[in-house]
Amino acid sequence: MSSLIWLPFLPLLGTLIPLLFARFNRTACAFATAALPALTLYLVLSYAGGIFQGERFQEALPWIPAIGLELAFRLDGLALLFSILILGIGLLVILYARYYLSNEDSIGKFYAYLILFMFAMLGVVLSDNLIQLWFFWELTSISSFLLISFWGHKTEARKGARMALTVTGAGGLALLAGLLVLGNTVGSFSLQDVLDNGDLIKASANYPIIVVLVLLGAFTKSAQFPFHFWLPNAMAAPTPVSAYLHSATMVKAGIFLMARFYPALADTNLWFLIVSLTGLATFLVGAYVALFQHDLKGLLANSTISHLGLITLLLGMGTDLAAVAAIFHIINHATFKASLFMAAGIIDHESGSRDMRHLNGLWKYMPYTATLAMVASASMAGVPLLNGFLSKEMFFTETLHQASLGSLSWIIPVLATLGGVFAVAYSMRFIHDVFFNGEPVNLPKTPHEPPRYMRVPVEILVALCLVVGIVPSLIVGDLLLSAATATLNGPAPEYSLSIWHGFNYPLLMSVIALIGGLFVYYARSHLFKFQAQFPTSDPKLVFEGVMQYLSTKAARIIAVTENGSLQRYIFFVLTLAAIMTASTLMKLNTTAGQRTVIPLDALSITCAVLLCISALATVVWHRKRVVALLTLSVVGLIVSLAFAQFSAPDLALTQLSVEVVTVILLILALFFLPQKTPKESSPRRVVRDLGLASLIGGVIGTICYALMTRPLDTISTFFTANSKTGGGGTNIVNVILVDFRGFDTLGEITVLGIAALGIYKLIAKMRLYMPSTNSNGLPWSEDKYPLLLSVISQSLLPLALLVSAYIFLRGHNMPGGGFIAGLITSVAIIQQYVAHGVEWIKTRIKLDYQIMIGSGIGIATLSGLGSWVFGHTFLSSWFDYFYLPVIGKFELASAMIFDLGVFLTVVGATMLILANLGQLTTSERPIQKEHD
Amino acid sequence: MEGLYAFCVGLLTACGIFLALRGRSFSVVIGLTLLSYAVNLFLFASGRLKLNAAAVLGESEQYSDPLPQALVLTAIVIGFAMTAFAVILAMRARADLGNDHVDGTLPTVPNDLQQKSGGNQ
Repeated sequence: MSSLIWLPFLPLLGTLIPLLFARFNRTACAFATAALPALTLYLVLSYAGGIFQGERFQEALPWIPAIGLELAFRLDGLALLFSILILGIGLLVILYARYYLSNEDSIGKFYAYLILFMFAMLGVVLSDNLIQLWFFWELTSISSFLLISFWGHKTEARKGARMALTVTGAGGLALLAGLLVLGNTVGSFSLQDVLDNGDLIKASANYPIIVVLVLLGAFTKSAQFPFHFWLPNAMAAPTPVSAYLHSATMVKAGIFLMARFYPALADTNLWFLIVSLTGLATFLVGAYVALFQHDLKGLLANSTISHLGLITLLLGMGTDLAAVAAIFHIINHATFKASLFMAAGIIDHESGSRDMRHLNGLWKYMPYTATLAMVASASMAGVPLLNGFLSKEMFFTETLHQASLGSLSWIIPVLATLGGVFAVAYSMRFIHDVFFNGEPVNLPKTPHEPPRYMRVPVEILVALCLVVGIVPSLIVGDLLLSAATATLNGPAPEYSLSIWHGFNYPLLMSVIALIGGLFVYYARSHLFKFQAQFPTSDPKLVFEGVMQYLSTKAARIIAVTENGSLQRYIFFVLTLAAIMTASTLMKLNTTAGQRTVIPLDALSITCAVLLCISALATVVWHRKRVVALLTLSVVGLIVSLAFAQFSAPDLALTQLSVEVVTVILLILALFFLPQKTPKESSPRRVVRDLGLASLIGGVIGTICYALMTRPLDTISTFFTANSKTGGGGTNIVNVILVDFRGFDTLGEITVLGIAALGIYKLIAKMRLYMPSTNSNGLPWSEDKYPLLLSVISQSLLPLALLVSAYIFLRGHNMPGGGFIAGLITSVAIIQQYVAHGVEWIKTRIKLDYQIMIGSGIGIATLSGLGSWVFGHTFLSSWFDYFYLPVIGKFELASAMIFDLGVFLTVVGATMLILANLGQLTTSERPIQKEHD
Repeated sequence: MEGLYAFCVGLLTACGIFLALRGRSFSVVIGLTLLSYAVNLFLFASGRLKLNAAAVLGESEQYSDPLPQALVLTAIVIGFAMTAFAVILAMRARADLGNDHVDGTLPTVPNDLQQKSGGNQ
């Protein structure tokens, strides 16, 4: 017996397979795709024996236990039933889609989406945690969006997909809110805790909120009235998607949710009123509208809505027997509706039309398919000896035993029978209109039977309809019993699955429905005329109208708040920040703390004065760009001196080398930016900005002072104590970077690499304004590389590289390390560019900086993974001491490999940025390639 | 000393913010650079100021707090990458839009639209 975790995650792995196999032929791709779901189905079935004996399998991996987050799965009767439906029908759909999709469709992409959906759906039914359930729930919305919009070149596919996503996504948000309130009410997000605390939930004041929010989620997903309109519009999806999502799985997720939370939320008046009345309305509206559809899939979609309403109504009735009937109808509806969708797809595929005004008399052309479709629609109509009949009988029985509406309770069985009448009528239309009733009218192609194996999934499902209809308890008895037990979270009531219960009211209702349905179908021309009198209101247009209204409103608000002015955004953000920090600072009684301060010395004062003058000069002369750059670099130098003075040699070295590359970068940038900055800020604007800047500067300075004069309570004592013994280095800063917090560093060099690559792409596609004169209108002088600089820099290069190697090697024990060594190397290389020009360098240094970044991050990651091989945690380092003659004792540490990765990334990123920027003016500039 | 340090941090912050609020891209880049100096100094100061106490074992009696130093070290390098990105974005914006405004208004006279030369475009 394997771990439960594998059940949903095997299909997740499976999403990659179709993409890999898409290059082979379609059959191979279909079989490869089916392998993992088939294995999963086998695993699920291996649990079935235990579950039928009343066992329940649960497994959890804790993640953040403090706030109730875990990866938890459960497999009980209800989850087993849905898993079998999801995987079983999924496998049939994979086979069916192989024949349905044309050669133009990317079958790999289709299967990948389909399996992703399967993963999401399995996640929903197997989740044992509320938040996790919601996560998978949203994933079903997203993957169904991808599936519905699979034919993205069609407008109705895009619109239908967007509508489905909007409606189910909005419901998903309501569900999240509901689940959060539910979890807080119970005090746990574990599903089992929620199910066991039904009384507590129903007694709580939050109960109405929870019920309404959770039901909003369920109703939108399961297309209940008045949210049902998205389902017919989702019929723009390829038919395999409709057969899978819109009959058996996704639309049943809402039903599943109601069944799952049945013990926790059901059995109150509120639940009864909302659920059963919504279900009843949906049942009737769907059945009535289905009759008037001319599109085959439209008929099936509305019939699905009607049947979903029937199941909802059963779940709302609040009796245990009704819940059993609901579960039974879930199984039956999935089998007959999936097969009907597939049959509709075959008809569409082989005749080129889904319009029932054109499709007539197909019996002559495709007798096998016609027989299968007729059996399935008979089941949909509730004809005896088929599975649809059994659950419909149970439904009628339950409506008779309903007393919740008091003396008006007779309405429910009457309306149920009325719905049954329409169900028979539209089923009749599906059979008679399509397969008989004259000859085809103007079909694009002559209909014929589909390929042999395209019919197999339909045959299997129709056979199930028959077998379940004749010997129900043999086939689904155990499954139904265990699913019902799990739904009720207690023993299931006594019920009988036999096909003959004697002459009774339910049988009478069935007979009325059958005869009435035939009559309604016979008189349909009058009904169609009657229906045509009503103005047609297309819910799609209403929906689009609402969306348009919302987006114009939103656009208007955005136009006010986001006018494209960076100044305004910064101003708003900073003002808010100033208010928030200043108001908190006022609660601090004294600025200065108890810590003894360091006495001032003359050198520090001199430096500070220089810093302040340079910073102010940068502001004053910011329109004189080169001057501003010079004063800016003075600030940078003094900052690095400050690091040196206050015991941070590593920082001083880093700041110094970064300063060099920053100034080179900015000088290069100056060439490409406008040479003059006109004076354009109004005096009022200057005063406003000065005021805000001084306020924030004052606040930050105050916080800084208050912070520094208070005693320090640091977590660094751990690092200091373990640096040598655990990390093998005496430079604690470096050991933190490459060992204790190595994962952070890995993330940081990755960011560095991404930034450099982003810059590379931005440069590669840039159109340039290259001035040919300077700001005074004088032409630039030609580039001449000064001889002295060339000679000196050339001889300096080896020396600089030596220094860099030295800094790198000693980094673990003395100030230095990969970051600093990388920057020094970059500066050394840049110097060669400056002294000799790009052409000269290109022939001598052949370094691909992109590969350098990639290998740097790769080496760093591998050195981290390496510790796994030795059974340690990610990025923990190894070190030892060795002795070599002449050199003496030396240390080798795996952290140095990591540092090498850092080094390579820093060099690669810096050079990728500067070298590419520098060579923009030359013939070596990166150019836009054809495929970009 | 702490007071002086805090004053400098505050002044750098104010200068950086003032420049970041200007309407042209190069001023914003310089402002961000000044602001990042201030932020780095501020973060570094959260480990408190200590003289002659480099965080290297065996080099001194007491050690300065190494954690803020490690954080600031990577912040400096990433700050460079961010500055570079902002600079290139400014260049790209100028190339694509023809001006270096970040104030959301279009220049009335395209006086900074200098002649496009270089010849290899």
